[in-house]
Amino acid sequence: MPAAKKLGQQTVFFQNPPAIIASGAVVGSKEAEGPLGKTFDRVIDDPYHGEKSWERAERRLLEDAVQIALQKANLSPQQVDFFLAGDLENQTEASALAARDLGMPYLGLYGACSTFYEGITVGAVLIDGGFAERVVVAVSSHCCTAEKQFRFPTEQGVQRPLTQSWTVTGAGAVVLAAGGSGPVVTHATIGKAIDLGQGDPSNFGAAMAPAATDTIVRHLLDTGRGPKEYDLVVTGDLGIIGRDLAEELLKDHGFDLADRFTDCGILIYDPQKQDTHAGGSGCACSAVVTAGYILQQIQAGKLQRVLGVGTGALLNADSPKQGETIPGIGHAAVIERR
Amino acid sequence: MRVDFTKPAGMQRKQYRDFVDGISPKPNVLVNVVWAFLVGGLIATIGQGLLTLFLALGLPVLEAGAMTAVVLIFSAALLTGLGVFDDIAKYAGAGVIVPITGFANAMVAQAMEARTEGLVLGVGARLFTIAGPVLVFGLVVAWLAGLFYFLFR
Repeated sequence: MPAAKKLGQQTVFFQNPPAIIASGAVVGSKEAEGPLGKTFDRVIDDPYHGEKSWERAERRLLEDAVQIALQKANLSPQQVDFFLAGDLENQTEASALAARDLGMPYLGLYGACSTFYEGITVGAVLIDGGFAERVVVAVSSHCCTAEKQFRFPTEQGVQRPLTQSWTVTGAGAVVLAAGGSGPVVTHATIGKAIDLGQGDPSNFGAAMAPAATDTIVRHLLDTGRGPKEYDLVVTGDLGIIGRDLAEELLKDHGFDLADRFTDCGILIYDPQKQDTHAGGSGCACSAVVTAGYILQQIQAGKLQRVLGVGTGALLNADSPKQGETIPGIGHAAVIERR
Repeated sequence: MRVDFTKPAGMQRKQYRDFVDGISPKPNVLVNVVWAFLVGGLIATIGQGLLTLFLALGLPVLEAGAMTAVVLIFSAALLTGLGVFDDIAKYAGAGVIVPITGFANAMVAQAMEARTEGLVLGVGARLFTIAGPVLVFGLVVAWLAGLFYFLFR
């Protein structure tokens, strides 16, 4: 017998859809200078955030985003059942240290840059399952910690490939609750790790586009919905190249999303003025765009129903050197105006 | 149709690779080469100027060469520390990376990055992360050349 709240192969639906009662988006100066600059709650110009290291700065960004979201919801950390968080540092240390300081029961998540949507999915499952009343989901990324983790020192003289994306510095948080007003999460589709043989760590869009495609196709098949039933399908950080790849792959599956398909990594920067090449990436990319711009558009009534798809490239610093290709992952959640 | 998802996985991967290669923007090689030539040539000219200057000041030829390298290394290290070197390299590419300036940058950039992990286990342990392979293979080649010379002189 299929599970009571499962649709098709990979989708779950929520009987009492949890509401996103508040959100917080904190970004660095580069993100603030981008097209979405006015949609963020707070801008931290100093990449060190007054701390001694970029890692500490990232942790503080995460804490800031959570505290802004809690303030807006008029909640203290003690009133939150669970804290779900993740980031890109080794062993998701930014989240662990933020969890220590915030003092909420903590589940650490890692889905690379898809972690925000992974967190929304797990959080909504906990709430609709009756295991929690309120859950905080938060993720962070920092361009300098990510470069240090995965690429070259930031002051190293290298020419960035045109396919490479720019890691978003920032953090996004949402408070999910069983009751209360705000946009609701009605469905989630958990993605498979999909690998179409891309191994270039400077072209994450190409590595992730097949996974985003697979999740979107699976979601539409599982729910029996057509693309027209969504005002917007927005992926996490495919970037300019990845979005175009995914659009064509979706056509190969018989779905034409055309102009209702965009990507947080495309929305957040102006590639001509900001020299970001393929677009934005990182855990915070989908998080700050969703927690800021997307939720604001839904609350303003400009968007009714959005399919958000967090996308991640599942590599570590050594796996490409060992000849592994890079699996991608996409987790989707439906966010609806209520 | 870009990728036929009814075909076996190997075929899908090949079709997808062709699609990605077709759509991914390529760097403008001509512009990059011209920049590298001009900046690399400028650095070489500055180096020659320094050498001539040190010789004119009365330094023996070996010391004058060493002093030239010292000045270039110092300049690259200073520009790295000021956060300018990577902005130059964005345009100049190999022109500024291949000369001794690139080696200096690779070490200073790494040292700056590892600073937060401490002087010994950070800077000390990681200083050669980027520059190390250059030294290792430079030594290997020197060793092979020495062996070759020993056997066939």
